[in-house]
Amino acid sequence: MKIAVASGKGGTGKTLIATSLALSLEGVHLLDADVEEPNCSLFLDLEIKKTATATVPIPDIDTDICTLCGKCSDSCEYNALANLPGQILLFDKICHGCGVCSYVCPENAITEVDKPLGYIFEGKNEHLTFHYGELIVGEELATPVISKLTKMIDENDKIVIIDSPPGSACPMVEAIHGVDFVILAGEPTPFGLSDMQIVVETLRKLEMKFGVVINKDGIGNDELESYCIESKIPILMKIPFDMDIAKQNSVGIPLVKGFPEWEGKFQRLFSDIKEMVLNE
Amino acid sequence: MSNSTNVKQVTVISGKGGTGKSSLIAALAYLLKDDIILADADVDAADLYLIYPPDVKEKHEYQGLKLAHIDEDLCTKCGLCRDACRFDAITEDIKIDDFKCEGCGLCYHVCPEKAISLNDRISGHYMKSDTRIGTMVHARLIPGEESSGLLVAQVRKTAEAVAKEEKKKLVLIDGSPGIGCPVISSLTGSNLAVVVTEPTISALHDLKRILELLVQFRISGYVVINKSDINEKVSQEIEELCQGKNTVIAKIPYNDIFNTAMIQKLSVSEIEDVDDDILAIQETIKGIAEKMISFLEI
Repeated sequence: MKIAVASGKGGTGKTLIATSLALSLEGVHLLDADVEEPNCSLFLDLEIKKTATATVPIPDIDTDICTLCGKCSDSCEYNALANLPGQILLFDKICHGCGVCSYVCPENAITEVDKPLGYIFEGKNEHLTFHYGELIVGEELATPVISKLTKMIDENDKIVIIDSPPGSACPMVEAIHGVDFVILAGEPTPFGLSDMQIVVETLRKLEMKFGVVINKDGIGNDELESYCIESKIPILMKIPFDMDIAKQNSVGIPLVKGFPEWEGKFQRLFSDIKEMVLNE
Repeated sequence: MSNSTNVKQVTVISGKGGTGKSSLIAALAYLLKDDIILADADVDAADLYLIYPPDVKEKHEYQGLKLAHIDEDLCTKCGLCRDACRFDAITEDIKIDDFKCEGCGLCYHVCPEKAISLNDRISGHYMKSDTRIGTMVHARLIPGEESSGLLVAQVRKTAEAVAKEEKKKLVLIDGSPGIGCPVISSLTGSNLAVVVTEPTISALHDLKRILELLVQFRISGYVVINKSDINEKVSQEIEELCQGKNTVIAKIPYNDIFNTAMIQKLSVSEIEDVDDDILAIQETIKGIAEKMISFLEI
């Protein structure tokens, strides 16, 4: 069973839900795919070690062989290569590593070298396996780091929980790819509703199963809840807005550790999701 | 580059999402409305339209990356394209997965039957609109699309052109959360970044990364600690971190006014008949606007 936790708006409680759900169950593999700003590890008491590097293959042009014909720069859809007088200039930050330049080069002057984009970290105890990806500051492409991270999923993993990046663009789509169910962390405010509707549209296009956990319930208005009811989106759980929860969260205490009565609720959340996934 | 013109550019970012970035920028925009063009560059979660309902005057299609298309009549299912594609965007039965295709064209180059073409795809729209505080440039990425960074650049460029046309001094940009391509794109050419953070260890962690990014891009940063009383200790840690180059220019205590204003489709600066706490917040926001203006020397 693979579950992703996503949201349109940032700061709606994705990490809170992902960590508390993971800590309420046994044998979970938790992945923090918010590689631009990964925060799950701050809530987990685990020894963390670097275990892999996410790379993108970028062109290395042999200037002795290159005839400056410009086929590579003409073929690059990302404008990562510029044909300047006397040299081909590479803008490596925007290179997607697609391999077109080396394929089209008539002189075979281009080889590819792996450039690091980010790192994968690992932590483990008897209850939980945890991985997170971290984009190197200054690098632009989060998607290859997420893709490297999700390769850490083992086919023997019983429960996989993925903390997705916010938004509805390519990093989020990459993070939720192939999961059985998406939990949307919804914040009941106009901004929260607007951003969630965009993600709902994305999930519907992808034909995925999903439901909403309303976080900070009581903070805004009931429009998000009405929208869920009208759109037949299951409301899986509500977490009230509570200064004590916010304070615990601010110092890295997971909800289920600060308030153990939530453990049962998260276990029920999991069994509800399981039922929805199994009942096609 | 913005230095070659008189139009200055300030980008409001946050690293972590949900720190109150958009609410703060809406309040700042109201105070500075005579001098600015507002640009919502948070293209996959644009929210300023909820505070400043736009009367759309111009709407443009945005073509981002291309999309591969296989001509079924010519395709012999040889599988060379599938094997070559580095984005796993071609399925076992040789169909393009639109969500995974990054439009690089490798499949088009390797196809021996010339069965593959690269087509334009509309990835979003960008708009120029009238609002009650003047012109706003905003955009909408089609859900799930790639290339949000390129759309951000388009919003930025359009806003700068409009600012010149309307003789405004400043483009005020609402950036995305994170540190990746859309954020870098919204920061490019900025004279100043205002980073909205909150006193949580998550936001502190994210702040360190965003400040490192600003150093790399040689952009000065001001820091605002929102909801500062949620955790005074972390708040103090943030101030210590920022001592020196990135000045903490304001601390705003938690207050429900940010949500109640949002529900009324108003910025916090527009709320009248308020209590002392809210008045103090409004004064703090005025202080932020003044510090921005004095930094930019406009």
